Amino acid sequence: MIEPREVVLTVNGERRSGPCEPRMTLVDFLRETLGLTGTHVGCEHGVCGACTVLLEGESVRACLMFAVQADGGSLTTVEGLAPAGEMNDLQRAFQEHHALQCGFCTPGILTTATALLRDNPEPSEDAVRHAISGNICRCTGYQPIVRAIMDCARRRKAEKRAGGAA
Amino acid sequence: MNAPDRALAKDGHVGAPTVRGEDQRFLTGRARFTDDVRLERMAHAAVLRSPHANARILGIDASAARETKGVLLVATAADLGDRRSPIPIRLAPLPGLERFLQHPIAADRVRFVGEPVAVVVAESRYIAEDALDSIAVDYEPLDPVTSIEQAMQDKALVHEAVGTNIGSHYHVSRGDPQAGFAKAEYRRKERFRCHRHTAAPMETRGLIAEYDGAVLRVWGATKVPFFNRRVLAKMLASPESSIEMIETDIGGGFGVRGEFYPEDFLIPWAAMRLRRPVKWIEDRREHLMATNHARETECELEIGMKRDGTIVAMRATVMADLGAYTRTGGGVAIARVPQFLPGPYRIPDYACEVFALFSNKTPVGTYRGPGRYEANFFRERLLDMAAADLGLDPIALREKNLVSAAEIPYDIGKLVPYEGPNAYDGGDFHSAYRQALAAAGYASLPRNGALIGGRLHGVGVACFTESSGAGPSESARIVARPDGRYEIYSGVTTMGQGHETVFAQIAADELGVPLSAFQVFHGSTAYVDEGWGTYHSRAIVVGGSAVKIAAQTMRDKLIAVAARRSGLAPERLQLSAGAVIRVDDSSTVLDVARLARAAEEGDAEALDATHVKARFDIKMRTYSYGSHVAHVAVDPETAQVEVLSYVALEDIGRVVNPLLAEGQAVGGAVQGIGATFLDELVYDASGQLLTGSFADYLVPTSTEAPPVTAILLEEAPSASNPLGAKGAGEGGIVATGAALANAVANALSPLGVKITALPLSLNNLAASIRAARRKK
Repeated sequence: MIEPREVVLTVNGERRSGPCEPRMTLVDFLRETLGLTGTHVGCEHGVCGACTVLLEGESVRACLMFAVQADGGSLTTVEGLAPAGEMNDLQRAFQEHHALQCGFCTPGILTTATALLRDNPEPSEDAVRHAISGNICRCTGYQPIVRAIMDCARRRKAEKRAGGAA
Repeated sequence: MNAPDRALAKDGHVGAPTVRGEDQRFLTGRARFTDDVRLERMAHAAVLRSPHANARILGIDASAARETKGVLLVATAADLGDRRSPIPIRLAPLPGLERFLQHPIAADRVRFVGEPVAVVVAESRYIAEDALDSIAVDYEPLDPVTSIEQAMQDKALVHEAVGTNIGSHYHVSRGDPQAGFAKAEYRRKERFRCHRHTAAPMETRGLIAEYDGAVLRVWGATKVPFFNRRVLAKMLASPESSIEMIETDIGGGFGVRGEFYPEDFLIPWAAMRLRRPVKWIEDRREHLMATNHARETECELEIGMKRDGTIVAMRATVMADLGAYTRTGGGVAIARVPQFLPGPYRIPDYACEVFALFSNKTPVGTYRGPGRYEANFFRERLLDMAAADLGLDPIALREKNLVSAAEIPYDIGKLVPYEGPNAYDGGDFHSAYRQALAAAGYASLPRNGALIGGRLHGVGVACFTESSGAGPSESARIVARPDGRYEIYSGVTTMGQGHETVFAQIAADELGVPLSAFQVFHGSTAYVDEGWGTYHSRAIVVGGSAVKIAAQTMRDKLIAVAARRSGLAPERLQLSAGAVIRVDDSSTVLDVARLARAAEEGDAEALDATHVKARFDIKMRTYSYGSHVAHVAVDPETAQVEVLSYVALEDIGRVVNPLLAEGQAVGGAVQGIGATFLDELVYDASGQLLTGSFADYLVPTSTEAPPVTAILLEEAPSASNPLGAKGAGEGGIVATGAALANAVANALSPLGVKITALPLSLNNLAASIRAARRKK
């Protein structure tokens, strides 16, 4: 065991820090040390995507990174997608389309889709399926998840157009 | 509840596609899954598991582990002392299976890779796992039994003391199979095989146990908490009343999660021993080697027919690999295969011989549609083969043999040793079948190996029946609160199905208040006197019915109180928006919230009307039914299969929430489609599990999941329960192997490829294509 060192992160816009053994994964640091349990652990080998968070805006597997590697970085987790007690348009679309059942994979899919829609605001169905192909869901069969993400993109486009016209 | 009150069905909430109120906590990262539970002074457990399929334990040296800094407890069988009793059977007590029970921890013999040998508790999970590495176990490896064939030979024995690997052997039948076959003008016999796979929910198993000297609390109960409490109390020799099982949010169950496993004893025991809360969270590798496997079954199936395709008789020998021990529901699937082999068809004369076998592999349990997925594959594949032999259209052959609506209720006989006779209780199988074919556009689909763009097209169909609504009972309790809220307590558990919304829908219709007034509590042993949990698609059928009865009882009591206090006849009163009102002028007679306040202040009559308990006893099983149609294109060079369309149609009686029911059907179908092509638990000849990670054990991802059309019919409401509901959780998966195998076989029919085994993996299919080409 190597002595813990202090890791400092900006998580959902807030400065957070805590002691951390170098071997501690980022997901364990988020969950155990910072108490942010919205990010889940599904496989611990980078396949299932349940632990996906955004590091400097890019989706990463928090189970495949040590927390010390993220030291000084800026992170977004599912807790930071909308102000406390609220849901953003993507989250609302998931509810409307019944895009979650058990909800365990959902945080990782939301963060993945957040990055997708930022980089590709009008994705094709293929692009959506490709983007979330690293996130395993055992409940929904993916169909409603794809619909929710496409629907969110459509509404954002419509709003943007309406905003542009005004 | 955050569910908007919208999209009401014309007669109320039941039947409306209401979005889920529970979604918000999952979507914002505020759900509380098992691993999210944190207690003061909590320690962490890790389990040392056998690396051998079959070995004697000659000695265990845990001294180094015990001396590791931060390690609090290392326990082996020797440390359990007299707290060593085996885990009992919950369901399907087939004769003989009781001889193969598993103890929570191996003493002198391990029988599968993954069997617990020691448990370590430490200040952190990291330290606990480090300590596992320092435990030295001296094993003497023995020859393992790793196949159904080896198990049947009884040369190497999994349990020497029992003297055989054949755990249960019995015959079931109906009619006179011998006489039936004597009438046959055509016979065909084939041997089929269904592969070992499992549910693999996204959240692995986990538990937190805390003992304060008087009460033991266990978080992580998921399926049958009342049963598990009974088992734990007995194993710990503690009274049930001193144990509380607490449900958390659950990341998927599908049958495998929440049964009583070895850890369900070891973790509470460790917490009692240490007087500290102990958490154990299974990792994915452990999950794939220690959580129940399922489905590994072989079947020799023979069918007798008239030349015109009329089925006259069927007989089968089924053999299932139950793994190393009898788990709590280890016998369910093998008991259900014989029951569901005849399916929705008129087969008067039928017999089945059953062998439940033990091997040095992970024990099996139930996985969504236990025995149905397997049986439907065996039978529907043989029907297509018979149709081809006889030169008959496989669609018409099924049409001819489906049990007709006029024959319902249709006696299916006594095909399960521990149950009485059963009957299909309602419905029109032909109607469902025709609607499925129409929805798939069957008539115009390219099939029979039509070559389009280098790929061979095929269509496969499968018809099925599916039972649901296991008894005996379920409890519900409703409490009206002074702030206008209503609390519903149920004995069922929930693993993501959306019961909180569905139960609120059911109660809202009876109590005349919006969904947002309800809060639903489920699963924990403190909520109701007795609960029977969630399995066999029983939560709505039995649990929802109990909620309906509780809500009706509360409604009647509230009106009775209002009638007594106002002197008005009950017929002149009704419930509306949280008050008993006069039917004639809608004026308020009794405010429910105010009555709830009076109840809290000691008004006995008010208490009786605002705190209501109900129990629903279900007297019969209810059977849903349906048909699946699959359209595939197969590349004959690469063996790559694309599922172009998939229709899953099922009549589930009264649909309480079509949005959620469709979600069950689509999700189940994709799970089954994945299982048919991808999921496979592979062992080598030494009994090593080769698929111990999600990189090896493949489940479908978004790029493999095909478009699924789920159709729900409501043509035959069930008479078994006041909702008229039938189970909706399993019909999506049960015919996937059957329809897809038929579709792929149909596509490859010009090549003469014979398909008798699952999975239809690239390797297996490529080998079948090569074999067919060599023959030609």
